[in-house]
Amino acid sequence: MEIFGIPLQAFLGQLMLGLVNGSFYAMLSLGLAVIFGLLGIVNFAHGALYMIGAYVAWGCMEYAGLNFWMALIIAPLVVGALGVLIERTLLKRLYKIDPIYGLLMTFGLALIAEGVFRDQFGVSGQQYPVPDLLQGATNLGFMVLPNYRAFVIVASLVVCLTTWYTIERTRLGSYLRAGTENPALVQAFGINVPLMVMLTYAAGSGLAAIAGVLAAPVIQINPLMGSNLIIVVFAVVVIGGMGSIMGSILTGLMLGIIEGLTKVFYPEASSIVVFVIMAIVLMIRPAGLFGKEM
Amino acid sequence: MTLDPRLGRLAWFAGLAILVAAPFIGLYPIFIMTALCFAIFACAFNLLLGFTGLLSFGHAAYFAAAAYCTGWLVRTAGWSPEAGVLGGTLIAASTGLLVGLIAIRRQGIYFAMVTLAMAQMLYFLFLQAPFTGGEDGLQGVPRGTLFGLIPLLNDKVMYYVVLAVFVAVFAFIIRVVHSPYGQVLKAIRENEPRAISLGYDVDKYKLLAYVLSTGLAGLAGSMKTLVLGFATLSDAHWSLSGEVILMTLLGGMGTFAGPVLGAFTIIGLQNYLADRVGSWVTVIIGVIFVVCVVAFRRGFVGELLAYQQRTRKP
Amino acid sequence: MKLTKIALACGLVSTLALGTVGTAQAQISDNVIRIGIITDMSSVYADIDGMGGVEAIKMAVADAGGAINGKKIEVVYADHQNKADVAAAKAREWFDTQGLDMLLGGTNSGTALAMAKVAAEKKKPFIAIGPGSSALTNEQCSPYTVHYAYDTVALAKGTGGAVVKAGGKSWFFLTADYAFGTALQNDTTAVVKAAGGTVVGSVRAPLNASDFSSFLLQAQSSKAQVLGLANAGGDTINAIKAANEFGVTKTMKLAGLLVFINDIHSLGLKTTQGMYLTDSWYWNKDAEARTWSRRFFEKMKRMPSSIQAADYSATANYLAAVKAAGTDDGTKSLAQLRKSKINDMYAKGGYIRDDGRMVHDMYLMQVKSPDKSTEPWDYYNVVETIKGDVAFTTKAESKCALWK
Repeated sequence: MEIFGIPLQAFLGQLMLGLVNGSFYAMLSLGLAVIFGLLGIVNFAHGALYMIGAYVAWGCMEYAGLNFWMALIIAPLVVGALGVLIERTLLKRLYKIDPIYGLLMTFGLALIAEGVFRDQFGVSGQQYPVPDLLQGATNLGFMVLPNYRAFVIVASLVVCLTTWYTIERTRLGSYLRAGTENPALVQAFGINVPLMVMLTYAAGSGLAAIAGVLAAPVIQINPLMGSNLIIVVFAVVVIGGMGSIMGSILTGLMLGIIEGLTKVFYPEASSIVVFVIMAIVLMIRPAGLFGKEM
Repeated sequence: MTLDPRLGRLAWFAGLAILVAAPFIGLYPIFIMTALCFAIFACAFNLLLGFTGLLSFGHAAYFAAAAYCTGWLVRTAGWSPEAGVLGGTLIAASTGLLVGLIAIRRQGIYFAMVTLAMAQMLYFLFLQAPFTGGEDGLQGVPRGTLFGLIPLLNDKVMYYVVLAVFVAVFAFIIRVVHSPYGQVLKAIRENEPRAISLGYDVDKYKLLAYVLSTGLAGLAGSMKTLVLGFATLSDAHWSLSGEVILMTLLGGMGTFAGPVLGAFTIIGLQNYLADRVGSWVTVIIGVIFVVCVVAFRRGFVGELLAYQQRTRKP
Repeated sequence: MKLTKIALACGLVSTLALGTVGTAQAQISDNVIRIGIITDMSSVYADIDGMGGVEAIKMAVADAGGAINGKKIEVVYADHQNKADVAAAKAREWFDTQGLDMLLGGTNSGTALAMAKVAAEKKKPFIAIGPGSSALTNEQCSPYTVHYAYDTVALAKGTGGAVVKAGGKSWFFLTADYAFGTALQNDTTAVVKAAGGTVVGSVRAPLNASDFSSFLLQAQSSKAQVLGLANAGGDTINAIKAANEFGVTKTMKLAGLLVFINDIHSLGLKTTQGMYLTDSWYWNKDAEARTWSRRFFEKMKRMPSSIQAADYSATANYLAAVKAAGTDDGTKSLAQLRKSKINDMYAKGGYIRDDGRMVHDMYLMQVKSPDKSTEPWDYYNVVETIKGDVAFTTKAESKCALWK
């Protein structure tokens, strides 16, 4: 059976792979949206934090013999701590001034991270093996799906939905949302807003790190893995609009699938399809698909 | 904000004199020409960021568009250098117009992200298009003969042509900023809602500023192609977009001489560090970014001006 | 805007300072033989050449005695960061202000093409070691360019022809979507067809794509016998990794069109075993190569790649030519080099053709399985030696005006 000229098997297979990529887009754009929502800072360093998360996982394996599951816990903690450091020393000076400075400074941080890691580790990259439990592949009939990739989809959905639930449905989340709207008032109610802000940035960094650890067995860990990805994630975020958490998740998944399908029908365009969609969305609906503000 | 006029005039003449005499006092012309091209680029960028308040994070795309265009026109189509440069500049401005129409739809930080994404798209298009030579770049662009009269192969002759273009662009930007149009741009930068309430069609002003800025950025790219003889993908890479922002920030946003200073500093730094391992260039650029944003937002010239303000006699 | 003029002056003073920093005082010192290498020191190709290449050159200088006829030999190096403008600017500066006598071009074809132009303008020898573009000896050939190690034609003829002969008749290409990848695919397709094979299909992946899963699925469904990887560096590594993950290696043979020993080292034998590749040299190919390689290993703690070996060979032969010609003048030393035969641990019976191509044997190799490897870096079996005269572009195919 054929769909648009390619066998159903291949089509569904590509859909599946697109979903995997979309999971990464969703996680990363979620982190960006959370940070922008509360801090008003577009975190260009997000790609670097993702990369550092992957390297922490590798470091755990290489120097401490810790396995993937431990890394999945340790990496977000380490990178989260790094996030706290960055927020306390550098970011908090920038809240009251034009947001472009936040973008520029995190851009500088991303360059520093990339340069340092490149100097230390070179660019060829490091290997990270798929964890034993998830080795091998399952024959789904229409394709052979490596177990690990299925795990990635499930894990990232869990992470995204947990984050969404925390922000939209819990008390802590409501403080966060209130703090975005009116920090002074929330502070007046006795809630420690600066602490909340710091933890938010740490949480966002942690999210990026989790994405990095999940990515490690899939792609070569190298210092450049974050920088090209971050620009695509920016486009995803512009398409989705940074107003809603669920919006970021859905947009990320959707774009992953669309990109995956492009790779089948017109692979030369797969690197630019997200940008083209961004241009179209901007013409029709400037606030983004799920965006609230202008 | 003014300074003692005699000191100012002296500085002006000193500066110009050094530039004019450069090839004869042992400065390497190719280095200064390259720095001047990037100075033009930075000044063009500053027109948008410093004077209109719009951060375009993908300006390298226009630099590259013109660089490739001029390279192709002069090398393959056999055009004369001045026609090639004109063609390149126009292409850059047209590209700027197209991107601007899309990007203007969002404000502030979104504008920056959109320009970055569009520039990345253009990067991939340059990568794939056959005429750019992809990873190899567009090589072997001859300098030709200017207006059919002046052969440009000699580095010293080329130097004065580049210097003349630089001075012209610099003067043009000063003119634009001081004109009524420029005043509106400043108003938009200071307080856009107010400008709208005063009845200005803000989007049209911003778009025109964008087109002017990208056109001049293209001019810089075209000149660079003639000076060095090639156009490559690194002209379109986002790291160059970041560098031109740094040049402007470091030198002083919203000043005239700032971007020039910033350009010379960064190009000089890269040249000096190229003998060392390249990763450290990235780190140092990153460090300068962070330091500038945190502690040196006004840049060299900005700080100088502020210092003057503080120490003036009442 | 008077203050801007003060600032302008400050800027120009700093220009002076930086300008002189950027350029050393121009002294054409003819009492020194200066060799320079501009290559990638920090990015994708840093392991293949990089500081290891510089070390190889220094070894050649030391082996020549550190001086020729009383003139000291000096080595300078720079990182072009894969940017042609940086490479060309540095080359130009070295020729103009530092009295550079010979330029070696490391990896990356774009930078090599730019440097070749500069060297031709200054009438100094330029030896391109690492870049693959065959344009260096075809459309862009020059009397001052020597292309030393390998090019895309040799890789295609090697891997393409030999794999078809070994039974891999139907091919599917995974190609990096840029000029180099396309050239590799085209050259190899021609060779495969001429040898009686077929190309079932191909897919172009964006350069530096980190995820090849989608393309590999397409390769698998093509049911071809051979998966030709027309890409390099990180793309090759990622593609091979994914090929293993998706079980493609169980049904298809991998043919890496541009693979270096450092890539195999990075991926490991388990992932790469059985893959065919063509290279210009292998450290373990004979006793002479081994001896030199162990010297290199002592300094760098890793085995040399073919590029690093070529760096050594080119420098050593250039210095010998300078000695024989009695001068480091660009035109004369190059003429002498062209007359000589290259016989060292890198190549036997090598010589430089009129189009600048250094002709020497290439080797088709297959990656060993982990149990057959006796020591670290023992990765290859040499399957076939491809004679130089058939490996490279023939006179009939050549597009170089200098070789008629």
